This record gives sequence, C-alpha cells and structure tokens, in this order.
Amino acid sequence: MARAAVLGRLTWQVGTVAVVREETATARTIVLDVPGWSGHTAGQHVDVRLTAQDGYSTQRSYSIASAPAPGRLELTVQRLEDGEVSPYLTDVLKPGFPLELRGPIGGWFAWDPAAAGPVLLVAGGSGVVPLMSMIRARAAAGSHAPFRLVYSVRSPDTALYPAELAQRGHAGEGVEVSWVYTRSAPAGARVRVGRLNPVVLAAPGWTPEAAPAVFICGPTGFVEAAASLLVRAGHDPGVIKTERFGPSGGQA
Amino acid sequence: MNTHLDGNVLAGALGEVFAVDITTAVAQCASCGTSQAMGQALVYTDAPGLVARCRTCGEVVLRVTRSPGRTWLDMRGVRCLELHVPGE
Repeated sequence: MARAAVLGRLTWQVGTVAVVREETATARTIVLDVPGWSGHTAGQHVDVRLTAQDGYSTQRSYSIASAPAPGRLELTVQRLEDGEVSPYLTDVLKPGFPLELRGPIGGWFAWDPAAAGPVLLVAGGSGVVPLMSMIRARAAAGSHAPFRLVYSVRSPDTALYPAELAQRGHAGEGVEVSWVYTRSAPAGARVRVGRLNPVVLAAPGWTPEAAPAVFICGPTGFVEAAASLLVRAGHDPGVIKTERFGPSGGQA
Repeated sequence: MNTHLDGNVLAGALGEVFAVDITTAVAQCASCGTSQAMGQALVYTDAPGLVARCRTCGEVVLRVTRSPGRTWLDMRGVRCLELHVPGE
C-alpha cells in the first residue's frame, strides 16, 4: 500500500468534509472522505488548494494526522492569524463542503510500521501532527516498536490530542510521552517550565546506543535546536529526519 | 531571510512531473560530491520557486519553478540522481 501510494504522478482530487473536530481554540481536525484514496504512509502530507471565484488560487501543505485508511484521512490545521489558507479551513469549512487536495506526498519523512526498531519523535507545537499519525499507525498495525514522543508546547491549552496521548502513553502501551512546557505548565504539575533540553531528550533507554530512528517536526527554530541537541548527545545525524514548517511554502 | 525548510517541501511540485517520490531519491551534489536524500536538502522558499541547497556545502542542488501550465527544473547542481522504483 505504501508503495502503491507513491507511484504515479500527483493529480488534484476533491474530498468532502465528513466531520470537523475542535482540538484547541485555534486548531481543528478536518475529517475528509476522498473517493479512491488508497491510504498513506504515516508522516506524509497533502497539498490543499483553495480557488477563489475570480480564479485566483493558492495552496498549502498539511500533514495527515490519522492512521492510514482507504477512502478517508484527517488533517489537523493550526490557524495562523495572517494565514491565507488556514483561516478558511479552521473558521469557514463545514461538513459537506468540498476540498481540493492532492497526495499523499513525500516518502522521506515517513515511518513504515514494518520497521521494528525504536522511534524517537520530537514535536514542537503543531509539529506533532505527522508524528501523531505515526503513533496511530503503530497502534493500528499492532506494531510493538518502542516509541517515545517528546512534545514541546507553550502551555497546556495549546496542546493537540492531550487526552489521546495520555491514553496511548499508559504504561504497557509501548509509547512514552514526555511534555515540555515553554511558557506555563499545568496547574499543580511538578514540571519545570523551559525549553527543550538534553535532560528531557536523554531518557533511560533512549540513548544514541539504542539507535532510535528520529523524527523531528516543528517550526524551523525548534527543529534546529532539537536536531543539534540530539547530534551533540551522540545521535547519528544520518538517522535524524526533520520537517520544518516556516512562513511560506511549508505547512501553513 | 535565511530560514529554510527541508527537502520534504519539494515533494508536491516534483510529484507533478516525476512518477516516483523525489524526497527519498539520493542526489550527489555536483559541487562537493556528497550523496544525500533530497529530503535532507535545505530548501529556501523565499525565492521565485523552490531552491534546494546541499546540506554539506550549501551550494544549489536543484531549483524548481512553477507557473500556470509549466514547470522549470534546474538540476545543474545534481551530478547523479538515484531514484527508488516502487514495486521491485
């Protein structure tokens, strides 16, 4: 399936919004029915294109949040105040609306559930979206690959999927979740507020010797910082895969 | 502006013209000879089109520019491109 999904040139197709789910005050998940969609590999994205009545059109890339499934996919979109595409997706789009998209796109920043080795995921803000797809794909495939997610958010109210991550992070599930709060921590939590640091990244069992596959996704500055911390700790730069999103061209 | 994204952002524009994924393709840089997956390239989007630079030496590896009905692809920075052929 993963291979079939990347074979053939990309063409635009039209999906229909099945459900929208509010995730935070500024982010929502859009569930799309896409006829003929053959699924994706966790980590891949789609391009979404909006066309105005006068013919002006613009497109952005959005990571797929769901586990691979035929005919259906979920995108979680963070609203950008000065965004050209995201405000339409987060504020206007309703169930039943059509949405033009193409994909799945990109085979580099992707995790194949057939890989049994440990996987270290490092997310900054809405960079958790493609990593969530990997966590969900792991569960859907019945994979026992050890997973660890280090998720950096400004404050608890900006976190995506907190309830699901708490559930998937239960002991015995094989997914460890560590939170980093850069501005404010949950009330009563004994967590230090601050940036991602070497101590958080170096959990027992997650040393360079364990040679985990590493996926980092977030804003450019976050990705740079996380990648250099891991390289300095001794991780092989060759196994670190990054996906930065920036002001243009990337994930709006 | 000096911020860059990753080779992942090339996938859409090049997926329009190539039948196989470009981000897992390994490109040998014409300047320094390093071979790296295109997904590892540094991609600058604040130019006309997308400009991919070598992670090792910083030279331009590939440029792709899109206009209605047309794609321009400048690959003079690639000495050799090794593509994965699915299904084999």
